[in-house]
Amino acid sequence: MSRPLHIFGGRVVDPSQGLDGPAAVLVIDGRIEAVGPGVEAPDGSESIDATGLTVSPGLIDVHVHLREPGGEHKETIATGSRAAVAGGFTTIWAMPNTDPPIDDPAAVGYVRAAGRAVRASRVMPIGAASIGQKGQKMTEIGELVAAGAVAVSDDGHPVHDSGLMRRLLEYSQTFDIPVLQHAEDPGLTPGGVMNEGAVATALGLRGIPNAAEAGMVARDVLLSELTGGHLHVCHVSARQSVDQLLWAKERGIHVTAEVTPHHLLLTEELVRGYNTQAKVNPPLRVVEDVDAVRQALIEGVIDIIATDHAPHHYDEKEREFDDAPFGINGLETAFALCMKALVEPGHMTLSGLIDRMSCSPARIMGLDTGTLRPGAPADIVLYAPDESWTVDPARFYSRSRNTPLAGWVLPGRIRRTIVSGETRFEAEGDA
Amino acid sequence: MNDRRPDSGLGKDLIGLETLSGDTIRAILDTAEPFKEISERAIKKVPVLRGKTIVNLFFEPSTRTRISFEFAEKRLGADTVNVAASGSSVVKGETLVDTARNLEAMRIDMVVIRHGSSGAAQFLADRIPSNVINAGDGQHEHPTQGLLDLLTIRDSFGRIEGLKVCIVGDVVHSRVARSNIFGLQKLGAEVAVCGPKSLIPAAIEDLGVQVFTHVEDAIQWADALNVLRLQLERMNAGFIPSLREYNRVYGVSQARLDRAPVDTVILHPGPMNRGVEIDSDVADGPQSVILPQVTNGVAVRMAVLYLLAGGAPERAEEAKKGEA
Repeated sequence: MSRPLHIFGGRVVDPSQGLDGPAAVLVIDGRIEAVGPGVEAPDGSESIDATGLTVSPGLIDVHVHLREPGGEHKETIATGSRAAVAGGFTTIWAMPNTDPPIDDPAAVGYVRAAGRAVRASRVMPIGAASIGQKGQKMTEIGELVAAGAVAVSDDGHPVHDSGLMRRLLEYSQTFDIPVLQHAEDPGLTPGGVMNEGAVATALGLRGIPNAAEAGMVARDVLLSELTGGHLHVCHVSARQSVDQLLWAKERGIHVTAEVTPHHLLLTEELVRGYNTQAKVNPPLRVVEDVDAVRQALIEGVIDIIATDHAPHHYDEKEREFDDAPFGINGLETAFALCMKALVEPGHMTLSGLIDRMSCSPARIMGLDTGTLRPGAPADIVLYAPDESWTVDPARFYSRSRNTPLAGWVLPGRIRRTIVSGETRFEAEGDA
Repeated sequence: MNDRRPDSGLGKDLIGLETLSGDTIRAILDTAEPFKEISERAIKKVPVLRGKTIVNLFFEPSTRTRISFEFAEKRLGADTVNVAASGSSVVKGETLVDTARNLEAMRIDMVVIRHGSSGAAQFLADRIPSNVINAGDGQHEHPTQGLLDLLTIRDSFGRIEGLKVCIVGDVVHSRVARSNIFGLQKLGAEVAVCGPKSLIPAAIEDLGVQVFTHVEDAIQWADALNVLRLQLERMNAGFIPSLREYNRVYGVSQARLDRAPVDTVILHPGPMNRGVEIDSDVADGPQSVILPQVTNGVAVRMAVLYLLAGGAPERAEEAKKGEA
């Protein structure tokens, strides 16, 4: 039994219970014991002075690529989960597109055990939806769930075959897990490396049209309606996809969706000069799309923010644009980029942002975290929302440095990340 | 020589026409004029680039462009080395960044690069101090082809401003098209493209060009047509159903040209597919300037090499006499 932990002097923002004001948080045995303005420290408590800081439920990211096994030169479960806590995330879901893919119970168990051993963020494995992520034969989803998988996905690739997608949305219901879909119609994206449009045309790069995403979303919400399965649409980037999601939600279809921090602010203009750091799939789009996905997030048509953290070795990005891999390293910039995209301009309150990065991910995925309610696991983040910092990829905890944000000054600094009452990250030299 | 910024307004490199000003493009064309004459001499050589080393780095097969550059370099007295992708370290898996570093280590003065990926020339230029000339990168730009097309059009009409030029054919895969669009617009021409929508890139109207889907309409509109090569691979990839149908719908034939209000000038960047995008009677007919394009190609490339090496446009006349 560890000593009780008393976090005092801070502003507590917990939209799961409508809290936004000065309060203390008491943690006993790794769980929230009490939260409120008058909560006192019992004798023998460890104290954390949160004066000047904001205290919220730890952030939850349901879309992270940890690259292990097979891509350890880009990231490992250890480096990725340390990057997570440095970014304020207490739970991350690991995508299965590793080499080999996480398509059997042993592999799921490996990711789960390796994640626990690091003692950074919680690491929850996502199982492959199809064997080898080949889009042909369904994995043994029951076995994967028994080993600890929290969802299935072929992310990195879409589930292209409509029949397989239907079966996945049916069969997954036995285990009460969502099917996470990378929505892309591959027939519309051969050789595509950036958003289709005027910039791609001027640069002579092959485009990825909005319709490639929105068409797949349209099909999938119909399959969700047909089957009743929980469809979760990954990284929505196109305004037409938002229209499909709105239509589906109005009909009561069981669909949820995420948007990445980069799609909430950045546009295809960043690709000019053949900037491979801005090469990502789905691609950075145009300002009309950014406005649409942001508005959808505000209105709840898109439920949550997820990073699609996609680390790549610097050699791999130092290539011809066509040959460089897709992906942006996101865990350690996500919160600050969202502060810049949403809170600083006044599109969303801080409480709203915490909801989209913590409470709502927990709610839609059925997790017991994402709240500071008494009894919940004590996953907590302490941060300075107004403190600016300069993005320096050389200081990332991630093994990779691939970000288009190097040198950007962003608001919102993570100071301490607590998982199960244990401090797993503390910013150097302060608070 | 690398830190000299010649008066032409050209920077260290020639990557594309999109980033050049109209004045710079005009300066290159004006510089090419005196160099035309060198190729007509019995002894086709001046010592303008004597002692300079140039690598022609061709990651894609090319006959015409490579030979044209090589003649331009040799007629200016440079020492040249040709590197073709087959048989080079590229085949052995060397990355472009390593190729760049090795070139830098060998202290070469200029690199002429042809590469299958858009942006490859810029990638190289950003990483080495040598002058880099783009000889075609993916579907991006082929600036010296654009310049030679401009020079040929100017020779034909005595001007470029106010002309209507239509690029016909496989625009989506064409670096020639992009260099033509940017270059012609900067010199005051109106530009259109013509082809089936499957071969026209998205949002090209945003570049300020008009789109024709009927070649007859393009011919009615244009003063000059730049007819692009239609590669067999496009049929296999499903962009068009067949070359035969392409010729029937889009082929530039004398019968179609005869209905034009003016004697349309015909350009083609080569190599031609006779009977596909262009009929032989047009290619070999009086309206064709296809062979003058090739002649101008050497002069334009000499001008670019001369200017990037630090030569001043107004001294090109002396340079060609061997005095500068």
